[in-house]
Amino acid sequence: MGETPSKQVVVLACSGIGKTWGALARETALELVERVRPGVATTTCLPLLVINDPEARRLVLDHPVITLDGCPKACARKSVEALGKKVDQPLETIQFYTAHRDLKPEGVAQLNEAGLKLAQVAANELGSTVDRLAAGEQT
Amino acid sequence: MGIPVAKIGIVPCSGEALPAGTVCRLACRQVLDKLRPGQTVAICLPLFIAGGEEERGFAAQHPTITVDGCEKHCAAKATEMFSGKPVQALLIPEILKKHGIPTPTRLRGFGAEEEAAVQAVADEIAQAVDAAAQTRTQENRHGVV
Repeated sequence: MGETPSKQVVVLACSGIGKTWGALARETALELVERVRPGVATTTCLPLLVINDPEARRLVLDHPVITLDGCPKACARKSVEALGKKVDQPLETIQFYTAHRDLKPEGVAQLNEAGLKLAQVAANELGSTVDRLAAGEQT
Repeated sequence: MGIPVAKIGIVPCSGEALPAGTVCRLACRQVLDKLRPGQTVAICLPLFIAGGEEERGFAAQHPTITVDGCEKHCAAKATEMFSGKPVQALLIPEILKKHGIPTPTRLRGFGAEEEAAVQAVADEIAQAVDAAAQTRTQENRHGVV
């Protein structure tokens, strides 16, 4: 039996409206929040940080944060850093593909089967990172 | 002939944590890819804060339509904060209410019911694009920028 995690971990995906890698970020974040670590991994809307929403700001400042960015512009990471907080685990989704070249994501509005599978695989792998951060460990 | 097509910026909230954010994202893509291709450009909202000079500049010089998934109006507020007032600020709950369509309750894996919501929002955005383009064309004709 594992110990009860000490706190929630915030997973922030970039909005990536025009890129497959952005769609992969969103899908991976939802896989983590809804299937892999429900109740431990949580998310919020990235645009809420852009308008400095107090509730979203508090959530991010009070919890460990994983960012999933779809491109080197790193909107998710920079949105957190703009609050004066260092991201605990910044990631770019292309890293997942680099590690699993048999799963080539395609599509923007809707990921293809390989993209959906890659999001599942990536979320499964990130589960242990969520556990460590929830337990107060560094990555 | 000879009248340039005005480029219209669409700023979706894309809200990752709410179903209307997914509707927003899919509806905007439908406008960009199918309903008004070549006439519309998507602006990634978080790029406003991540140093996207290109995005800020575009939104400052072209008409923008914001699409928000909830009453916090992130897209409308951020656009106004970082570049300029949008020509139209659409709110998805209002659009769905107008069409008698329930707001989707899941974040992904949309089926036929959710697709109706996406279509209604996409149609509304397309209408807003047409109105903004018409206004812009008239302004150009009269030398107003």
